[in-house]
Amino acid sequence: MKTEELFNAIRQEAERQRNEFVESPAPKIHIGMATCGIASGAVETRHAFEQALAERHIEARIHTVGCIGHCYAEPVVIIDHPESGFPPIFYHEVTAGKAKMLTKLFLEGGDPRFEHVYGATVENEMIPSVMEFPRFNEEKRVIMEKCGHIDPEDIYDYIAEDGYATLVRAFQLTPEDVVKEVADSGLRGRGGAGFPTGRKWDMARRGGSGEKIVICNADEGDPGAYMDRTLLESNPHQMIEGMILCAYAVGAHRALVYVRAEYPLAVKLVTKAIQQAESLELLGKDILRSGFDLKIEVFQGSGAFVCGEETALIESIEGKRGMPRFRPPYPVEKGLHGQPTVINNVKTLASVPPILKNGADWYRRIGTEKSPGTAIFSVVGDVVHPGLVEIPMGVSLRTLIFDICGGVPNKKAFKSVQIGGPSGGCLPSAFLDTPIDFDSLTQAGAMMGSGGMVVMDEDTCMVDVSRYFIDFTQKESCGKCTFCRIGTPHMLRILDRITQGEGREGDLEQLEQLSRDIKEGSLCGLGKTAPNPVITSLRYFREEYEAHVNEKRCPGKMCRPLTAFYIDLEKCARGCDACVGCCPVDAIFTTSTRKKGIDQSLCVKCGECVVACPPQYDAVEKVSPPKLAPVVERSAK
Amino acid sequence: MDDAILAEEEAMLEDMRSRVSGFEKERGNLIPILQMIQGRHAYLPPEAMDLAAEHLNIPVCEVYGVATFYNQFRFHPPGRHPIKVCLGTACHVKAGDIILENFERKLGITDGETTPDKEFSIERVACVGCCALAPVAVISETVHGKMAPSKVEGLLLRIQIEKEKAERERESGKREGEK
Ligand SMILES: Cc1cc2nc3c(=O)[nH]c(=O)nc-3n(C[C@H](O)[C@H](O)[C@H](O)COP(=O)(O)O)c2cc1C
Ligand code: FES
Repeated sequence: MKTEELFNAIRQEAERQRNEFVESPAPKIHIGMATCGIASGAVETRHAFEQALAERHIEARIHTVGCIGHCYAEPVVIIDHPESGFPPIFYHEVTAGKAKMLTKLFLEGGDPRFEHVYGATVENEMIPSVMEFPRFNEEKRVIMEKCGHIDPEDIYDYIAEDGYATLVRAFQLTPEDVVKEVADSGLRGRGGAGFPTGRKWDMARRGGSGEKIVICNADEGDPGAYMDRTLLESNPHQMIEGMILCAYAVGAHRALVYVRAEYPLAVKLVTKAIQQAESLELLGKDILRSGFDLKIEVFQGSGAFVCGEETALIESIEGKRGMPRFRPPYPVEKGLHGQPTVINNVKTLASVPPILKNGADWYRRIGTEKSPGTAIFSVVGDVVHPGLVEIPMGVSLRTLIFDICGGVPNKKAFKSVQIGGPSGGCLPSAFLDTPIDFDSLTQAGAMMGSGGMVVMDEDTCMVDVSRYFIDFTQKESCGKCTFCRIGTPHMLRILDRITQGEGREGDLEQLEQLSRDIKEGSLCGLGKTAPNPVITSLRYFREEYEAHVNEKRCPGKMCRPLTAFYIDLEKCARGCDACVGCCPVDAIFTTSTRKKGIDQSLCVKCGECVVACPPQYDAVEKVSPPKLAPVVERSAK
Repeated sequence: MDDAILAEEEAMLEDMRSRVSGFEKERGNLIPILQMIQGRHAYLPPEAMDLAAEHLNIPVCEVYGVATFYNQFRFHPPGRHPIKVCLGTACHVKAGDIILENFERKLGITDGETTPDKEFSIERVACVGCCALAPVAVISETVHGKMAPSKVEGLLLRIQIEKEKAERERESGKREGEK
């Protein structure tokens, strides 16, 4: 009872602040300020708003929020101007200039500038709502529900949205009840492997002697995924609430957030969130007089992909090289300093508060039977609308890539999608109807992994992409297992050779053999999955490998030693110097006819001249193999 | 001049010594100690390794073993404008390597090196978390999205111009002072 009363006081304060904000007649400007927003100029945008508001003596409230996931539209601004009679409006790509213009014309003049409007955030009669876009209505937000709506630096903003209320209610349940609810929900770990979270917690609750520890894995080593970081930057409290629930369920009094040191903003915001929770007694000794203690610390990971693996992560916290240990014993039996340790991914922990709030049955109704709930993907590469997308499990790849993310731009054809980062695989278009869930993806040869998803169009070389991933894993291999340590660089050497046009007969068979051996001879998931990108691309795109080896031709025209640029003299315009000026190595010369030619011995194949050549001429061509490029003499007629 | 450098080094050592002694003598503090030193001095000089080993009572080679294992730690001072070129998956597919090459060519150094005047250093990194803006480069703390080879020159030029401007202002300030 006491706990609830104490919490109600906090909640009333949160609601008071919220009401004061909502009911104030002043317009509200919500600006997305996570890393991607800042990279697109959100700081300048905010500055421009502040300046313009001051100059015009307009009273308005600026509310900095996290990332809504619409990275293609950054900087994203939502303007709520009740007096104008319009609903809250979503604006995209709001540069500093646009911010000044909107201040003047909309906030002062009441004209929302329809040509810049993306949509209204609620249904209404005046402006089409963003909910009509598939990007908004196909998504189902459980983990990211509050991202982009609340200020990550203000705990009251989270509490006003019902934050921490679930925790307070859970204190009335026994820890066993909490474990049972999570187990019943069917939640599976979002760190990649999909291990049932309830089962993990149950083992930790019963097993092991010694003080228990909870670790949140926010290492996020996949070089193409950034959702964990975005969650921490946009709504750190949901993860913290999940951590407290986990600690309460398993009986731990110490917890660590393992977050990359390369994510300075995430480190800062998580640290601040923990301090705020402590100051409201939602963390620390005797949390709101419930009798439960928990201390959360932040440990900064030093950037090694393998440290995302749970036993390597433990080694690194102990101050050693991050080399995986043999399992069993599993961390839930003997983890950090030999104590039972529960390790969960950020998304797993952030799923727990909504599950306990709405119940296991509610969660089970989202997604598929074997993989309930939602998945977050960072869809990037050749798509019209890249960004973070949260969808129910079971949605097909086609819906995700074509409907939600807008498909492949520039009228190019879809070629392949890489799922799961360095451990995952490349799937061709034949697999577009595969439902997205743990088991279907694994069956297809890819894997859920980190949730990184890179879409590639017809101009991508699958051999080069495989080479890229092997290059990554061979660098990140910790060196413990011979096959992983020596096998991956060997695969890289072969792939290097193939992409440079020096592939030999038997290379492909050797790659296959090495892939099998590395998978079998490695201890941890890094080695066991490192060959996946090569295996899948060899299975689905073998003809591309063969073109490289046999014809010295790169069908995607990406491998630079196998391609060449030339200028089509028929199309080239006399007197235009666009390409000459842009070439970084001065490889373009003017022929005696004042048309242009490329000196192949100097050309570094950066492709700048393709961009520079005015579209009405479109004279630069790219070919593979290079011998297809006609020779242009400096004195050509 | 030499005296100034020596004094600077001495101050750096003193700073490291006093801060390292504030850590508890636990092996688990090794990485936090190294992170603290790099956070303050931008790299790990050999003295830092000795200090950490001595404080935690472990062999220096262990400290090197740990420090070299992780990507975060560097053993040479970076330039005043460290350049990080992203070669994460999205940036790779969008030709991040060409951006890297352009920086290397323009500055005459390769990945991992610092220019002789200590102005610039180049480093390749894996995903800075703005894949939607690929290819990406980070100069000092500023993220530059949608990079193109032709933007490289412009960015470097801008830094150069700003530096010259600052120098001119300093010069004229000095002259004012002399008057
Ligand atoms: C090479 C490798 C890298 C991994 N990287 C991560 C990571 O970055 N983040 C993560 O949460 N899990 C990662 N994992 C999975 C973890 O070992 C572990 O399964 C996970 O943190 C458990 O949390 P979950 O049950 O919530 O998924 C990685 C595994 C391997 C083998
Ligand atoms: S791959 Fe370059 S920012 Fe993610």
